[in-house]
Amino acid sequence: MVRDLTRGIFRENVIFVTLIGLCPALAVTTHVINAIGLGAGVLIVLVASNVSVSLLGRIVAPRIQYPVFLGVSALFVTIVDLTMQAHLPGLSERLGIFVPLIAVNCAVLARADVFARQVVPARALLDGLGFGVGFLLSLTLIALIREVLGSGTVTLVAFGDFDGVFAVPRMSDNPARVMVLAPGALLTVGYLVALFSRFRQGPVGHAAGAEDQA
Amino acid sequence: MWIVTLCLLPGAGWGVYLYGTRAALVLAAAILSAVVFEAAAARLASRVTLRDGSAVLCGLLIGMSLSPAVPLFIPVVASAFAMFVVKWSFGGLGGNWMNPALAGRVFVAFSWPGAMTTWPAPRTLDLVDGLAGATPLSLVKATAPERAQAPIAVLRDAGYPVSAFDTEVTSWLNVNVLGRAGVNLPTGYVDLFVGNVAGSIGEASALLLLAGTIFLFARRIITWHVPAAFFVTFAVCTRVFGGLTAGLGLFEGDVLFSVLTGGFVLASFYMATDPVTSPLTGGGMLIYGSVAGIIAFVLRAYGQFPESVALAIILVNAVVPLIDRLCRPRRFGHREVRHGS
Repeated sequence: MVRDLTRGIFRENVIFVTLIGLCPALAVTTHVINAIGLGAGVLIVLVASNVSVSLLGRIVAPRIQYPVFLGVSALFVTIVDLTMQAHLPGLSERLGIFVPLIAVNCAVLARADVFARQVVPARALLDGLGFGVGFLLSLTLIALIREVLGSGTVTLVAFGDFDGVFAVPRMSDNPARVMVLAPGALLTVGYLVALFSRFRQGPVGHAAGAEDQA
Repeated sequence: MWIVTLCLLPGAGWGVYLYGTRAALVLAAAILSAVVFEAAAARLASRVTLRDGSAVLCGLLIGMSLSPAVPLFIPVVASAFAMFVVKWSFGGLGGNWMNPALAGRVFVAFSWPGAMTTWPAPRTLDLVDGLAGATPLSLVKATAPERAQAPIAVLRDAGYPVSAFDTEVTSWLNVNVLGRAGVNLPTGYVDLFVGNVAGSIGEASALLLLAGTIFLFARRIITWHVPAAFFVTFAVCTRVFGGLTAGLGLFEGDVLFSVLTGGFVLASFYMATDPVTSPLTGGGMLIYGSVAGIIAFVLRAYGQFPESVALAIILVNAVVPLIDRLCRPRRFGHREVRHGS
């Protein structure tokens, strides 16, 4: 049971290990707050859809299960999207199309298909929580690296007079703009993937994992 | 690599003469940091490749492609990106699929567009205030297309000066050489050719860069394929379509201006010919050069930035493995197997 929870955070991390759901990871990670917002959205949808799929898993006929899974995730995405528009209009505007697109996020569908439909709701819940937190942390990490290098700031929640932007001393004078453009996203994700593989498998050529990739 | 570095020195020296110690500082920062980063990365990878001179050459190319006015952290960042990301992430010299110097330059050009397009006036030209900060190419690019003027005329209208040397040489040429063929060369091109213009440290003087390539050709370090294909397609495209963006018709482009401005000579002879990132066979090199020429023209005419050659070469670098596959030489003694007999 504990493994259900921890697996998604590091060992089978969606972004850095299985490389799915990369589209939002590349697109919205220009500001830390965007990453946290989208990550939280995915977390909520993933937990809700995992539990529902687990409940529906034995009732739904296998030949129509994918449309049903998509319908379930679309339902929760709509709830998240409308709630966000109502209560966090600024964030919702910044994330734009990427909130509705959570409905077709591979991570959500993959967990429903390979895990949630085969297990009891409690395990599905822990699994959704683990993978959701993993996704949230990965996005935040990418965004933190990109925003600090590319804008020299860290953007968090704005409240009161505070606009939510921390300027990193020295970096904010001459930030490397490329890092908040598309190439910066790919560079950051690429190096983080390399780092993750290094920790999971050890140096190239010494690990058993090296063979199954060949 | 050391020989290529030597061949670049006249061009670099001219840059230092034009812009003074500031240019020397930028060059030194680029070369030093490239060497230090190469040593660090090679140590991490437990390979020693400092003696082959590729790091010095890379640093020199980065320095030469920068404006002499850039803050000194820019050449250092460019070298770091070139060495760590482009070169050593792919296994060091021979493993990189993209020219490190060009990639470093492009990285900083997109990161700090302001600093990268601030051009000080060279000491040989007396630029009026409004023009300091523009290269001939960026000046022409910024001029509205409704004017329907050839690039050289745009420069003259904007008040870009012509040196006395240019006037003399042009009139001598017109009387003694070109006049006999019935051609009249406007003033301004000679300045572009010898490097009497604002620009980056190394791209100014086409003359000195070309002089360096004679040695490269003589020692067969580079072959004619890449520069020739690059030049021909770029020139043809410019001639046919180049006039359109300036509000002129087809076949009105100014080839001479396009080739002599920006980093064209530096890029086509010294960067596109990098043995690691260009195809192996002659035929492949022709394809590579031609595609680079077309992309360079399209980006220069319609792109956001005035300078395009670097981007064009990087784009074509990406497909070099495919070109090599296409142009694989036939094995010795290999024949098509005939069926039936």
